[in-house]
Formats: sequence, structure tokens, C-alpha cells
Amino acid sequence: MPRRTIPDRAVEFLREWSVPRQMAGQDHRREAAESAMARHGRPRTEKADSVGTSICPYCAVGCAQLIYAKDRQPIAVEGDPSSPINQGTLCPKGAATMGLMTSPMRLDRVLHRAPHATEWREVSLDWAMDRIAHLTKQTRDESFVGDAPDGTRLNHTMAIGSLGGATLDNEENYLIKKLFTAGLGMVFVENQARV
Amino acid sequence: MPSLGTTFGRGAATMPQWDLARSDVVLVMGSNMAENHPIAFRFAMQAKLRGATLIHVDPRFTRTSAMCDIYAPIRAGTDIAFLGGIIHYLLENDLWFREWAVPYTNIATIIEDGFAGPEGDGTFSGWKEEETRYGTETWQYKGLTVPSPLAEAWMETGGDFAERVSHLRDGPPPRDETLQHPNCVYQIMRRHFARYTPEMVERITGCPRDLFLRICEAMARNSGRERTGAICYAVGWNHHSTGAQIIRAGAILMGLLGNVGRPGAGMLALRGHTSIQGSTDIATLYDLMPGYLPQPHALRPHGTLEEYLKVETAPTGWWSEFPKYAVSLLRAFYGGEASAANGWGYDWMPRIVGDHSMLPMTLAMDNGVMSGLFVMGQNPAVGGSNSKLVQRGLAKLEWMVVRDIAETDTATFWRDGHLIRDGEMRPEEIGTEVFLMPGSLSGEKAGSFTNTHRLVQWHDKVVDAPGDSTSELWFVDELGRRLRKLYAGSTRPEDQPIINLRWDYPRDEEDEPDAEAVLREINGHRCADGQLLSTFQDLKEDGSTACGTWIYTGVFPEAGKNLARARKADGPEGPGTHLGWGFAWPANRRTLNNRASADPDGRPWSERKKLIQWSEEKGEWSGPDVPDFPKDKRPDYQPNWEERPKGVAAHSGSEPFIMLADGRAGLFAPSGLKDGPLPEHYESVETPATNPLHPSMSSSPAAKRWDQQDNRLAPPGDPRYPHMLTTFRLTEHHSGGTPTRIVTTTAELQPEMFCEIPVELAGTLGIRMGDWVVLATERGEIETKAMVTSRLRPFRLPDGSECHQLALPWHFGWAGFATGDVANVLTSVVGDANTGMHENKSLACALRPGRLNRVQRPRREAR
Ligand code: SF4
Repeated sequence: MPRRTIPDRAVEFLREWSVPRQMAGQDHRREAAESAMARHGRPRTEKADSVGTSICPYCAVGCAQLIYAKDRQPIAVEGDPSSPINQGTLCPKGAATMGLMTSPMRLDRVLHRAPHATEWREVSLDWAMDRIAHLTKQTRDESFVGDAPDGTRLNHTMAIGSLGGATLDNEENYLIKKLFTAGLGMVFVENQARV
Repeated sequence: MPSLGTTFGRGAATMPQWDLARSDVVLVMGSNMAENHPIAFRFAMQAKLRGATLIHVDPRFTRTSAMCDIYAPIRAGTDIAFLGGIIHYLLENDLWFREWAVPYTNIATIIEDGFAGPEGDGTFSGWKEEETRYGTETWQYKGLTVPSPLAEAWMETGGDFAERVSHLRDGPPPRDETLQHPNCVYQIMRRHFARYTPEMVERITGCPRDLFLRICEAMARNSGRERTGAICYAVGWNHHSTGAQIIRAGAILMGLLGNVGRPGAGMLALRGHTSIQGSTDIATLYDLMPGYLPQPHALRPHGTLEEYLKVETAPTGWWSEFPKYAVSLLRAFYGGEASAANGWGYDWMPRIVGDHSMLPMTLAMDNGVMSGLFVMGQNPAVGGSNSKLVQRGLAKLEWMVVRDIAETDTATFWRDGHLIRDGEMRPEEIGTEVFLMPGSLSGEKAGSFTNTHRLVQWHDKVVDAPGDSTSELWFVDELGRRLRKLYAGSTRPEDQPIINLRWDYPRDEEDEPDAEAVLREINGHRCADGQLLSTFQDLKEDGSTACGTWIYTGVFPEAGKNLARARKADGPEGPGTHLGWGFAWPANRRTLNNRASADPDGRPWSERKKLIQWSEEKGEWSGPDVPDFPKDKRPDYQPNWEERPKGVAAHSGSEPFIMLADGRAGLFAPSGLKDGPLPEHYESVETPATNPLHPSMSSSPAAKRWDQQDNRLAPPGDPRYPHMLTTFRLTEHHSGGTPTRIVTTTAELQPEMFCEIPVELAGTLGIRMGDWVVLATERGEIETKAMVTSRLRPFRLPDGSECHQLALPWHFGWAGFATGDVANVLTSVVGDANTGMHENKSLACALRPGRLNRVQRPRREAR
């Protein structure tokens, strides 16, 4: 865009200035309140091709959000005005949800640090899953106790632990408990409820 | 949450957040609500606009204090003394809501003759010094044994437990409605709290007497038929070695004032993580199975399913339904492989042998018992107590899988952690194999969260998570599939649980497991035809139903009807219970114990405070909420004791607390708590103060202590650690910090760690705003910047000497944009007797100006 000259700016300023228009009888809440920015501004959610209901990922107040997306990428995260909890509002954390989803620090590859290594290396998801499944089985098989020496049923392993759950979905918690406790016999299964 | 459980029957917030707007007094304590639960605080502000009195009691002056009508400063860790003082005031001035509390609580119930309070030596009757634990025989209702209303009903009593508790079916517990009997709860409470005079409150808490009395008056004035009040609390209460008892003190106060089950009344636990309630209900906790069923325990009579059901089923109250929930859960876990012949697979379940919570887990890593660890959306290097001990533990693991949305402090402990910086270890010396896998956020996956007031709310998948990110649902499902393949065909008995697990979750076209299928399993169905169930009353003990979490039954009542996704709020014309928005467990009830909103005859206590009432024409309880009471049970119903009634049939029509054995709120808790049936003030485990109530038993005798080489505790009054230290949270950061320290906006708003230091102390030590300071405890040292402030004020200790309090935000670590030393390097592994909750809200520390001599500066800072 070419640089605007001072006279140009003066004309624009006079045109945009609300006071003369109000004196000319325009309503200060309607026509006189309008500026070029307001005229050309578009809602930031306008380009969305889909919108879904969501819940704030931070604290347990449970504010409802609307996630606006285009081509399956988020373009805006807003407080849901119909929620009886937040009625459209979000606190500084909730309002940072869009920044969280699109943070430059988001991880997008699986990283692996070999014992004693000083750096990460990138690995494939499939390789990592395979190795984790093998390690889990190996550790479990080495440490599993069926019965205590006095015959008391234990049926557990103390060698594998799990931490986390309070930031996860109910369905995820359920599968963690089911696989780790009911399936593998892990007893050290905990989350942030005590933290 | 054993405190609310033992008092009101369920360990969860009793009221919805929006109901605060209808309160006449709101006491915020153990919480900085305006900053940490800002959107919920709007409802307190709405109440204020309608004339309610807002009160904030806290060691720090915060923005919550600024918005309240009354702010009272107290020394960290003295909450029980403060609340006990209010209870004393109400009892001695007869300002409690007698018409409500006599019929609805156990205040008239008579306790065993042998009961003695802690007035003498600082312990309640039943203390076993050698075993450092209490026996609860003398805390029982006279002549009875009352099972705990918490997950585990069974207690060590000697003899046949099931036989002992069955006497609850013989007749009502002994009561004296005149409250004259010397061992009725009322008289015991009067004796117990007699020591909590305004003078003693001032001496212990440091809160000026007049201010304290103004709060007592405000609480009393705003309770009764026409008015109600609420308490909002957060981890400022939980995170003490007496945390459960602090909450108990609040719950007793609400019980005396009739502030539960009524509009604008209740205990609102403000929890920190989005689904922390959900992860307690559907417990990823060592001692609980989903729906608050106890994990089988090797040292309890849990050998077979039959024995387990026998001792864990309460004879009276709702928990008499326990077998239906337990068998249905086993059916959900093991599907068709569970049969009557194999005890529905009960034998496959692991047995716990003691405390396996986070603190012992830390020690298990350190001691080499544990060699593999999954960390999913948690950051123990920052959030775990005694962080250096945690990091040492991580360094001893063989392998660790961290799943999160960014590189967390926990995932990089081997490269940037405190051990490395302090020169204790080099990365090359750490043998832990670490996987860091990208996870996904709400919006990038579908599923449900349960908020702080038990509201289950669904979130859609709207967008794709970056790159190789996967949900935990996918990860756990995939791991399960691969493990089942590895174990397939094994005939070893220990492999049968994993082989027999029902594990057949459908995947969609993007290879994502169907979250709704999991929610349907949680909801429960009839095994024969897969018909979904709409109420837990349809669950069966005979194995014909399967249900993953009985309290969630009804969230998915029929195919295609996911009520967690219901989005129909009430309009301005009311009624404001919003039954069409989400699903609140149990049975979509919004206010728990709401039978208590009506008087014993079933009429509202007042027009202004009506919620549920008995309708004679319809022959049922009705109102704008779902009644938390058998719908057609008449208010004048009386159990026929000749027939030895079972379950809620043993409760009269005017006993509102259906989860409790006797249907009445437990002001006095005969069972369920490990450190006393009534709250007593104890100093924190580390403290510069001595407890004037019983100087020789200054801190809680029952608190869990793990005194070992790298978890040393300073003795009380240690002159090397003269200051009190408390920790807190910032609006702009979230818990362990990962999801806000990596966000540019929040990191810019609160870019680095700091320590709040009172002006007076800073003056003495020559510390100016922004200077570097070093904080030290027995566990370690950290350096940070000074924030000199008058938000913290000096206190007089009970002996008259002056004491300063320091305060640290604990979100920081080395990962992300906003960084700083880990506050939890200073804290210790010491826990509440009941919950194992750590004590990070009051400890003793030292402070000096300057910096640490470090081998390696954190990367970001070095640049
Ligand atoms: S917007 Fe703020 S108050 Fe609401 S849930 Fe999110 S973090 Fe909590």
C-alpha cells in the first residue's frame, strides 16, 4: 500500500471523527459510532467450516467452549454463551485455549531417549508402541506375585506405576483402570487427586 | 474426599456452582477463588450484589480478599482452630439451626462410654502408640458398630465384622433428643470445642478477636429457615497433614447451620484439574475401583468375592446395594469370561497391601521397587512433593513413558533437572529409557470431563491434533490390544486377567476408539440383550447386568442419547437447576441431600429457600431438582424394626442422608477417619510454633511421616528454619504448569518464578523487590526473585514471638517459556492420615539474599 500523505490522513480523520457526525444528528450508539475498522471488521469465527462443543481443559469449573475450525484446524475458541456455568465468559487460562492448541511448543513426534543418552531421537509411533508393550510385559512378568509366602492372594505387580488422570477424559480414566489394574495387576495407579 | 463422605455420605461438592448466587453468606477459605476459579467466583459476586456477605479467611491477602466484605488473615495451617472457634461460638450462644440439626444430624446420638477427647494428652481415646494409629471402638454409637460410608466399609474391630454391623438393623441408634445425655454428640462437641474460645483462636491463628467475632456473627445471622450459606474451599484446605479434618470442621459448621441440601447452601469443593472429579469417580487411584468401590486388600477379609461382599456391604443405608455394583463392575471388566462359577472374575483382581499413593510411589522408585512408569498428563517433577527425591526416583527407573502435549519437566529431568543443575548427576549416568509421546486435547478428541460439582460434560472432536499426537484412549486401547496379542494363548494363571479382559472397543475410520462406546460401558447395560440402563436401581447382583461406574448410570440411558452432551440450560424464567445441561451424578441430581431442603414433615423450611417437597396428592417428592431420596417414601414413614429392615428401609422418612448408615449427617464421625471423630487443631509437621492446646502433642500423631535420609524433617521450632512457607497458584498458570508455560500469552503475563516476602522481613534482611533470594528447607534449596509485598503480614505465634510467612507459586520448572526453580524441591513427603495428601501449604523454611552456586544454569536462562 502506498504511503498515505498528511492531507489524506487529515481527510480520513475528519471523516472518521464521530463528534461532527453526532452534531449532525447521528446517533452516538449507531451510525456515529461506526468507523472504517468497524465497517470492514469481520467476526473472527466467520471463516469456520465447522464448530463443536468443548469444555475448557484447565480447571474443574467446567466452562463450556465452542471450537471453530477450518479444514480441521482451530481458528477460534470462544466461551459458550449458552452454558449456565460461564455464560460465554472464560478466564485468562480458558481464553488461552487457542494458544494452547496452537502453541509452537506442541509436540508432534514421538521422542525416545536411550539409557544414558544426552539427547532425544525421533522414533515412529509404531516402534514406540511395540517397545512399550514389550517392556510392560517384561517388567510385569519379572515382578508379578501371585500369592504371598503365607498363601494370601496378591495377584499384583509393584514394579510398574501409572500417574495421571485428572486432566484426561472419564473414558480414558476408565480404560487406564481397566487395563492397568484389572488386566495387568498394577497397584501403583494414581492421579493428581492427592496432589 | 473422606471428610464430606463421612459427614454427608458422598465425597463430592454438595451444590452446583451457580447456586452460590442464592447464598446469603459465602465463606471462602483455603481458596483464592477470585484468582483460581474466577468463573465460579462470578456466582459469589452475584450473591454479593443481592446483599450476601462474602468472607475470605487466608494467610495471604489476594484479589479474593479484595472483593470480599470481610477479610481475616490467619497463620497458615491454623484453619481448624478458626473453624473450631466458630463452632464453639454457635454452640455456646445457641445460634445453630436446632430444628434442622437435631433431626437431620447425629447431634443427639449417644456415643460409647469409653470415648474421650484430646483435651488431655492431645490424642483421642483409642490411640495405639506402638502402631501409631487409632482403634475406633470407643468412637462408635453406643452398643453398635457403624461401617464407614466411604469406599471401604470394613474396619479393624475384632470378631465378625459383618455380624457386628448387622445390629444396625435391630433398631435406631440410641439418641437423646433433649441433648442432655453426657455422651450425646452435642455434649461431646461442647466439651471438645470449649477450648476454642475467641482468645484461643486469636492466639493460635493470629487473627484479631474482633474480626473473628464479626465472621461468627455473619455466619450465624445468615443461616436458618429463611437464609442459607455456603463454604467454598480448595487445596488450601486439603494440602495439610490435617487436611481432611479441616474440611470436616467446615462440614460440621454447615451441618450445625442447616446449610446442606438447600438452595444456596453447601460445601463447594473447588478442584483444580478439569476432570479431577471424574478421575476420582472413575478412580485412577490405587485404593478405589470405579464408583467408590474398595480395591480388594490382601490384609482384609477380601479373600473371595463372597467374603468381600460380606464385609463391604453395609446393612443399612444405600450402600446395602453394594453387591449389585461390585458384580456389575466385574462383568464390565471381564465380560463373558466372568461367571458365577469363577466369582465373576473377582480372583483376577489385584490386591493392594498398603498405601500405594503418590508419596509411597516416589519412595518405591527411589528404593528400586518400581522400574517402569507411565505418566499421562501429569508432571510429577514439578507437582510431586520433595521434587529432588522424585527426580532421583525417576533416575532409577528402567523405563518411563511420558504422554503430554509438550516436552514436560518430568520428561526432561535427565537433561535439565535439579540433579543435573546442582551437579549431583550427569545425563550419562542416568539409565532411564524415556519415551515422550504427544497427547491430545479436548477438541482434538471426543470424551467427557466431570467438573467440580459432579457435572459430566462432553466435548467433541472438532480438529486434528498435530502430527503423531494420539489420545490416551487410543494409547491405552492400543497398548491393551498389543499386550493381549503378546499374552494370547498363555495358560499361566497370572496371565488370565489380561487375557480375559473384555477389550473390544470399536475404532472409527480414523482409527480412533469410539469414546461413546466406552461411556456406554461406564453407564451399564443388560448383558442378555445389550439394553442400556437408565438407572442404577436396575443393576443386579446375579451377573445379568454390566456397569463400569454405577454412579454414572443414566448418563447414556438409551442408544443415541448421550446426556453428557445435553446442552439445554434453563432460561431466565428458571428454575435454574439446568437439568437439561450435562448430567450430574448420581441420577442427574444437582444438589445432594436435597431432602433436607424440606422440614421433617416434608414442607419447605421457607418459601424463599424451597427446593424439594413432599406432595401428598402425587404421593412423591417433587421440585425443580431430582430428589436425592426414594421418590415415594413418605415423610412420616417409620421402619418396622420387627422385620429387621435393610438398606434405606431402615431410615425413616425424615432422615435425609441416604448414603449414611443412620440417615443422618455425621457431625461426629464414628468411622471412616483415621485421625479422630472430631477435628482438632494440630500444628503442621514442620512449624516454628508450638500447639498451646497440647504442647507435648503439637502436630497430628496420626499424620503419615516417612523420615529417611533424603526426606528429612526439621523438628518443630528448629531455629535454622524460622519462617513459615506456604505455596499458591496464579490465575495465569495451571498446576504443574505444562499447559500454560508453553502458551505465549499466559507465559508473558506471568513469566517467571518469584517469592512473596513480607515488607518487614525484607527490610530486616536487606532484600529489595526483584533481588535474588535463596529459600532452604531440610530437603533442598532453590533460588528465585523477591516480590516484596504487604499482602503477607507478620504474625504472633502462640508464645508471643513474631513469625513471618513466605509464599511461593509452585507452577514453575525448566520447560516452556515461563520458567523458574521448582517450589516442591522444598517440600517433604509427609501426608494426611486419611488421604495421604501432602502438606505443602505450611512448612518451615529459611530465607537469605543471594543466589545458589550452580554447576549448570537452566538452558533458557543461559541463552
Ligand atoms: S475458563 Fe478458567 S475458570 Fe473456566 S474452566 Fe477454564 S480455567 Fe477454569
